[in-house]
Amino acid sequence: MLQDVKETPLPILQVRNLEVSFGAVPVLHQVSFDVQKGERVAIVGQSGSGKSTTVAAILRLLPGLGQISRGEILLDGLDLADATERQLRTVRGRRIGLVPQDPMSNLNPSMKVGAQIADTLWGAGMRNRAEIKARAVELMAEAGIPDAERRYGQFPHEFSGGMRQRMLIAIALAGEPELLIADEPTSALDVTVQRQILNHLQTLVDARGTSLLFITHDLGLAADRCDRIIVMADGRIVEVGTPAEILLNPQEEYTKALVAAAPSLSPEPPSTSTSTGAPAAVVPDTSSKAVPILVVKDLVKEFKLRGQRGGIVRAVDGVSFAVERGTTTAVVGESGSGKTTLARIILGLESQTSGETLIKGQSLSASGSAERRALRRMVQPVFQNPYGSLDPTYSIERLIDEPLRIFGVGTKESRQRRVAELLDNVALPRSIAQRRPNELSGGQRQRVAIARALALDPELIICDEAVSALDVLVQDAVLTLLGDLQDNLGLTYLFITHDLAVVRQIAHNVVVMKSGRIIENGGVDQVFLAPQADYTKELLGAIPGAAFAR
Amino acid sequence: MSVITAQRTRKSDAEGLGSGRGRVWQLLRRNPLGMAGAVMLALVVLVAVFAPLIAPYGPAEVHFSTPYQKPGTVGFLLGTDDLGRDIFSRMVYGIQASLKVGALCVAVSVLVGTPLGLLAGYWKWLDAIISRLTDVTLAFPFLIIAVGLAAISGPSLTNAAIALGIAHIPTMIRVVRGETLRLKESDFVLAAKTMDASGLRIIFSHVLPNAASAIIVQATVIMPVAVIGEALLSFLGLGIQPPTPSLGIMLSDAQQYIFRSPTAAIFPGLGIAVICLGFNLFGDALRDALDPTSSSRK
Repeated sequence: MLQDVKETPLPILQVRNLEVSFGAVPVLHQVSFDVQKGERVAIVGQSGSGKSTTVAAILRLLPGLGQISRGEILLDGLDLADATERQLRTVRGRRIGLVPQDPMSNLNPSMKVGAQIADTLWGAGMRNRAEIKARAVELMAEAGIPDAERRYGQFPHEFSGGMRQRMLIAIALAGEPELLIADEPTSALDVTVQRQILNHLQTLVDARGTSLLFITHDLGLAADRCDRIIVMADGRIVEVGTPAEILLNPQEEYTKALVAAAPSLSPEPPSTSTSTGAPAAVVPDTSSKAVPILVVKDLVKEFKLRGQRGGIVRAVDGVSFAVERGTTTAVVGESGSGKTTLARIILGLESQTSGETLIKGQSLSASGSAERRALRRMVQPVFQNPYGSLDPTYSIERLIDEPLRIFGVGTKESRQRRVAELLDNVALPRSIAQRRPNELSGGQRQRVAIARALALDPELIICDEAVSALDVLVQDAVLTLLGDLQDNLGLTYLFITHDLAVVRQIAHNVVVMKSGRIIENGGVDQVFLAPQADYTKELLGAIPGAAFAR
Repeated sequence: MSVITAQRTRKSDAEGLGSGRGRVWQLLRRNPLGMAGAVMLALVVLVAVFAPLIAPYGPAEVHFSTPYQKPGTVGFLLGTDDLGRDIFSRMVYGIQASLKVGALCVAVSVLVGTPLGLLAGYWKWLDAIISRLTDVTLAFPFLIIAVGLAAISGPSLTNAAIALGIAHIPTMIRVVRGETLRLKESDFVLAAKTMDASGLRIIFSHVLPNAASAIIVQATVIMPVAVIGEALLSFLGLGIQPPTPSLGIMLSDAQQYIFRSPTAAIFPGLGIAVICLGFNLFGDALRDALDPTSSSRK
């Protein structure tokens, strides 16, 4: 991969002792690294580690009060750290291309996509309209956009997320840059799309000999895609090495923790959950004789399409499965697979078009309001976004005891005791009770959300992407907490996720969904080791870092 | 070195932001424009409350021997008008009247607009009714409505204030409805639904507290408009009746002899400007401070 390092001894990008501060607060300390010509370097770190700040500093696009307080950024000898704005304009886009993170917001929605590439080409010095158009179509085709000629005249909203990201790649490559910076280019996309796009990006970059600086939070992805990995934490470089060095033989404590926490790199389910979850089978466990806690039978949910006469989309299409008490069932699927609609129906937030959901043998839709209330107590959710699921005006105590107040459980004192107990359960200090959600970190908030879900002693917890918004280390801690709670309280989880790697870590059974239908359903080992459906195989193949899994 | 430590303390200050009201106050205090607005408002409110103590003369006390005095004349700080009334005293009482109108107007629009907005935002079938009504009302300029209502109910301070308040209800409904629509979809409302919370409970314990900042900010927007609206209604003879002063009446009176004594128009005009500016600056700062997402980043 790194063929011509010896012929070109001078690195294309040299960052030397870079220090960046926001106001008086330093955020980057002594960051030094090189990118060789044609080399692919990954910067891996959690949110707040300074990886995006590093990129912004290289492009001299630091937001707000940010400024480079010390150090050099040498691009082929030109120091970007004190280049003039005029010099920078010849660099951005033309010598350094950027593939930004969010394909949804990085294209101008009121401008045809072709015109957006044409803009870059114009900026790169092309002046002949016909040539620009021809080149733009060529770039789009190269980026893997089918029927590029026709799509040249379309608007961004006519493109899917993956297609938009391809557009952004095409725009980034339009100026023929020597260095391409990709800042979490696929973190908003589904795994299979992610794989296609990264494969494509890799061939494009290889063909041109462009260097790649790849920013990601996913160690597995970095290992798959790059020649060298730089691990950052708290604005410092922790460790640098080849993927094999970092993943198989990490030197620093932090890197070790990161590697251990990365779900995609540790496919063995942790021992804690296997102890209780032995009956990991699809067939209802006859020994327990009890009714499954959740039965979904031929569930169908149709949505009317807006603006189209009689247009109907089937979000959930004849889904049936059962969940045994005390087990974890993961529902896996990409965006649009109907998994979230399924969760909302089970939570009683949507009504199904046909079919049934039975909780402990009782139907949520058929029962009277008193019974429905009782069933509601048994099923509680933990939502994806810990920043959105907690009312910001409430104190932590009030958040956690809200369900108790709604159901009129206990007195004020007993509720206070219960909140303290629940905080202990989720390993949060009791002193936190009077604080407000915006004073807590993402992981702490998710713990509060779990405590709230536990308040009514439910038996089934629906986790809708409950850990996908969290950093790996935090995610690992929350998953461990969920496992412990299951062991201690005998909880049942329905775990909705797009992340197969997480599934391996906690689930006993897996339901794979696509376009509203169940593609595969079985025990976790069965699905992971002997997948039947092609789609499952594809999903499994797309998990990054598989080559380095231990 | 001292600079560094100073900024350190500021940073730790930012991290140590308390919760609730304390935090809002700290954020407000750090906004110099907002503080300027707050000082202006404090001044105006103090003047209004202590009007009888501050004003050297009664608001309608005439001195026929000394009309058209220039500002700074002994005894008349800001001069006198055509009837020899002390402009300073009249302004003090005028500010009092203007603030009364503003407060009453805001009270009417908030008390009526907020519940309707909450209902319209939360329940779709009610939205159809309430929103059509607001659409119809919004089709008329609010001043036309206010003028019409004031004309029907007869000229007085209270009627003018209520007319202005009613004219502002549709905008209030719009703001609250929009916030409710947004908050209704938030995850914490979903979570409350899974706890089997009733619609009213969700509206009052989740939606209203989170919409409060928008309502307060909208109130600070309505307030200066009401003050100007009162000036306009009084100008048209539909508001406060002479000889009771209000800033609007003073303006309209002064217009008759504006070339002879321009200061008689300038000072009430400045009074209106200070009130409006104060509310606008303070409202902007309040909006930033109340926004829970704009936490300690600044």
